Amino acid sequence: MVSLWQKIRRTGRVAEPPPPRERTDPPPAAAELAGSVQIRHVDAGSCNGCELEIASTFGPVYDGERYGARLVASPRHADALMVTGPVTRNMATALRRTYEAVPEPRLVIALGDCARNCGVFAGAYGVTGAVSDVVPVDVEVPGCPPPPEAIVAALRGLTGR
Amino acid sequence: MIGAILQVVLVVAGAPLLVGLMRQVRARMEGRAGAGVLQPWRDLRKLLRKEAINPHGTGWVFRLAPLLLAATALVVTAVVPLVTTASPLDGVADLFAVTALLALGSVALALGGLDTGTAFGGMGASREVTVLALVEPTILLSVFALSVRVGSTNLGAIVTSTVNDPLAVISPVSALAAVTLAVVIIAETGRIPVDNPSTHLELTMIHEAMVLEYAGPDLALIEWASAIRLTVLLGLLGSLFAPWGIAAAGAGPVALLVAVLALAVKVGVLGALLAAGEVFMAKLRLFRIPELLAGSFLMALLAVAASFFLA
Amino acid sequence: MTGIVTDAAMSTTLITSVPGTGSAVTGLADPAGAAGASFVLALALCLAAALVALVLPGRIRPAAAGALTAAAGAAAVVAGVRAVAGETWSAWLPDLLPLLGVRLGLDPLGGVFLAVTGAVAVCAAIYGIGYTRHGLSGRGVQAALPLFVAAMLLVPAAASVSTFLVAWELMAIASLLLVVAEHHKRAAVGEAGLWYAVMTHLGFAVILAGLAALAAVSGGDAFDRIREATPSAAAANLIFLATFAGFASKAGIVPLHVWLPRAHPEAPSQVSALMSAAMVNMGVYGVVRVGLDLLGGGPAWWWLLVLAAGALSALYGILQAVVASDLKRLLGHSTTENMGLVLIGVGAAGFFAASGSRVLAALALVAALLHVINHAAFKTLLFLAAGSVLHATGTRDLDALGGLRERMPYTTGLFALGALAASALPPGNGFVSEWLLLQSLVNSLPEGGVAHAVTMPLAVGVIALSAGLAIATFVKAFGVGFLARPRGEGAANAHESPPTMLGGMLLAGAACVALALAPTLLLPGLARAVSGVVGGTGDPVTVAGAATLRLEGIASTISPLLIAAWLVAALVLVLALPRLFAARRARRAARLWDCGAGPMTARMEYTATSFAEPLGRVFDDVLEPESDIDVTPLKESAYLVERVRFHARVPDRIERRLYEPVLAGFAVAGRAATRLANGSVHRYLAYGFYALTGALILLAVLT
Repeated sequence: MVSLWQKIRRTGRVAEPPPPRERTDPPPAAAELAGSVQIRHVDAGSCNGCELEIASTFGPVYDGERYGARLVASPRHADALMVTGPVTRNMATALRRTYEAVPEPRLVIALGDCARNCGVFAGAYGVTGAVSDVVPVDVEVPGCPPPPEAIVAALRGLTGR
Repeated sequence: MIGAILQVVLVVAGAPLLVGLMRQVRARMEGRAGAGVLQPWRDLRKLLRKEAINPHGTGWVFRLAPLLLAATALVVTAVVPLVTTASPLDGVADLFAVTALLALGSVALALGGLDTGTAFGGMGASREVTVLALVEPTILLSVFALSVRVGSTNLGAIVTSTVNDPLAVISPVSALAAVTLAVVIIAETGRIPVDNPSTHLELTMIHEAMVLEYAGPDLALIEWASAIRLTVLLGLLGSLFAPWGIAAAGAGPVALLVAVLALAVKVGVLGALLAAGEVFMAKLRLFRIPELLAGSFLMALLAVAASFFLA
Repeated sequence: MTGIVTDAAMSTTLITSVPGTGSAVTGLADPAGAAGASFVLALALCLAAALVALVLPGRIRPAAAGALTAAAGAAAVVAGVRAVAGETWSAWLPDLLPLLGVRLGLDPLGGVFLAVTGAVAVCAAIYGIGYTRHGLSGRGVQAALPLFVAAMLLVPAAASVSTFLVAWELMAIASLLLVVAEHHKRAAVGEAGLWYAVMTHLGFAVILAGLAALAAVSGGDAFDRIREATPSAAAANLIFLATFAGFASKAGIVPLHVWLPRAHPEAPSQVSALMSAAMVNMGVYGVVRVGLDLLGGGPAWWWLLVLAAGALSALYGILQAVVASDLKRLLGHSTTENMGLVLIGVGAAGFFAASGSRVLAALALVAALLHVINHAAFKTLLFLAAGSVLHATGTRDLDALGGLRERMPYTTGLFALGALAASALPPGNGFVSEWLLLQSLVNSLPEGGVAHAVTMPLAVGVIALSAGLAIATFVKAFGVGFLARPRGEGAANAHESPPTMLGGMLLAGAACVALALAPTLLLPGLARAVSGVVGGTGDPVTVAGAATLRLEGIASTISPLLIAAWLVAALVLVLALPRLFAARRARRAARLWDCGAGPMTARMEYTATSFAEPLGRVFDDVLEPESDIDVTPLKESAYLVERVRFHARVPDRIERRLYEPVLAGFAVAGRAATRLANGSVHRYLAYGFYALTGALILLAVLT
């Protein structure tokens, strides 16, 4: 325990200062968020590259929580779904049901090129389509995988912080 | 009367701030920046404006559970001596009654979880009542230990006697009772090492698993009530063992203001200590929790024995 | 005021009645005969109900017998309340029982138990009208119920040893007839009846031995006579131990409780309610009457024994209830737990009285009696609701129930009320009696010796653990049995109960609510009942402001009414405030969140067994669960498996470890003894010759 305390003191603050905010128009459903967005992540068939970037976003260096965003376990607790990967056949119904489980007002963030337009998996036998073919998408974050700065920028666009 | 109203308003308004403070302390110790102390307020405001959901197959128990949880938390807030020792609800200000009211709130939530009919709801309810059943003996024995010196289980009487005789807190009985009550508070409010309030893995959930179905204003009530319970229990710990600053019956506005500040400081310090402790501990395996609770039961038994032999 | 009535057969009956000390009516026509008159009316109505049941045809039999029994119960309640208010009554009928006569007497202590029995009988009788209409309307069953109620009314009114024993045995026989009422439907009923018969008669034998010894030592069998006599310490010890064993068995105290979880599920539901809420109280009555009243208190170790037995029963009973998945068996085990709590109170009262603190003794006994009353109210409600569920779904198995919320809304609401009371949570009625009991134990520490310091914290710990486990039990019983979706066919096809069954349950529910909000009404009467037994001056619990209980000499108060009122106010506030700040959106009905995969089936819900599994695992050293795995291979090859069957059960450990070896020993001895009868007439003549010679030698030596 003492060594952990000494390590905490030595390490100090790891979070990098926030980059300047890009002025973008938030989607209409984000009007009532006012600084707080709870996000439920859905892996519709991704290669987990985007998941690593999400983990990095909410880690100490980029600290997505300081902008008011938080990952939650249940779609009932969430305002936004963060969907990664192309929508595979097995996850199509599950994604639709998860979307329907989210209370209004609700948003969908399509994270990564696969979620936007199937990316490298376009036309594969197990893929039904992009996320926008299954649920309506409000925010898109391009990249394969998108860097944490892009994800942070998308989150800040939703919360306004 | 004014003291009691002040107390309720303060706790209801300040409970999310306590949660924010605890999250901020954890964030800073983990090297992060944190969302700020006011973030839970923003979360609650947003939740209140969201749509509430009635899942198919649930009934009046599901709808009533958040209301009953919040109602018991409010009644306990009005009763426990935090700002003033004179409670208008003197017939309710009994330690046994407060414990039982808190248990009623937990039971309501457990039944709400069972009413969903999902496996997670049942699992959360089952684990919650297991922890509740094992924590009861420790709570009642700590109450016993505290009441022996005073001759009463009335909360106002216990706190007043400590105010009049501050040195009585420095005794083995008080030390043991304080440690056991701290373990009880951790178990009742579902903090690490008994339960991790921010876990995403359903198999590790106790409290979260019961509330997976709630949305919008229902969820806001549940989170608010949980924050109020944490605030009240930490405030009770402070009032029982460090009641300096608490206003007596019929105190003037200056004394009440001092009491409010003292309460804020005490609860803030205790919450920060709890959050700092959570950074160093991991959640216990579910079947190690009975060992922790049995250990605290033995300490409470020692406290009662000590209060007899040292009296 | 005394009256002597001479009847035509030249025998005399002596009837005395004493007006209550607080009676406001003076000088008018004697109002004090009302207690005795109501009691006699109750007995007469019971007999009339039995006759009616034997005579009337099948269709109106249940209604007529039930109505008369309910009237008898109401009369008994009036008699009991009047007796508690101070109007004592006694009667002496020398010719009714040869050689010894029947002596009846009502005093405040007996009045409490009389009123409780009467109230339970009212609810059970009204319920029984609807419940017994199909399949249980036979003459025997319908006649036995009023006789059972009459016997239970006679036990607290008995004022001599012989009357007490006759009433006790009548109670046992009548209840046995009722327990085996459905023996042609299930084999388990016969087995339950056998266990019940043997254990209750063994208990009767032990009580008979103890009370007969007491009567012999006191030189007379009237209770008044026995109170004045002072038996030697050794005799008193033996008498107390013998009678305590018998009464504890009747009350369902561990280790003599094994009949209770067998008999209560198999009996018809209104009989289960009567047995669990009225008959087991007679065990407590016996302990209080013989130990505290007739034997005058006795040494402290008696009451430590009672306390220990009560504590053990409370813990063991509720542990068995937590892991039980049969609804009525769960309720039966909960009865063991509550009677354990009552005996903790009685033991504490005797212990405090032996140590000299009369006020605390009175408080503990008041708490115990209040718990008897509260338990009777909520256990009646719970058993009647369980019977309603059984009637509607055909099953008692919690693992096959569920989803009764929509199909049986009244039963669900009433069971919820009973479960709240049984968990000892505010604003239920179990909370007040448990609070009083805890207060009496907690405030004893400064006064007592080392024995106090060791036993009182352990007793508080036991009460707390059993309270926590009771919460778990009733969350399981209500949550798994009534909420979510049906787990089986019976539950899916359930329907609400007929109006008479609902009426019986509503009466019990109303009693629970009244006891929860206004226990202050009962306290003066209970204090009077207790002061006659424990002595002491003044009320241990006073009523302040009509809503608050204040304890004598202890600075603790509780106001159940205030708690309930403030909870309701807070609920209204919590309902209204978010509407002001929030939701402009309507509630949406949505699919359950099942992680998106689905479909949700009832098999995915938690069952009662899975709900109790964590607690069962924590206490597995105490419960010793057993599991069997049967693997059936195919006929053609032993390597291919046709079926695997896994069977897990939690048996009663005491039955497994204590009773089964004893029964096996008896079986071995019995089989060995058959060799004595080998068919040879010469040997049988030799047995007779040796027995006669031995008896003659013994007589020669002894005289």
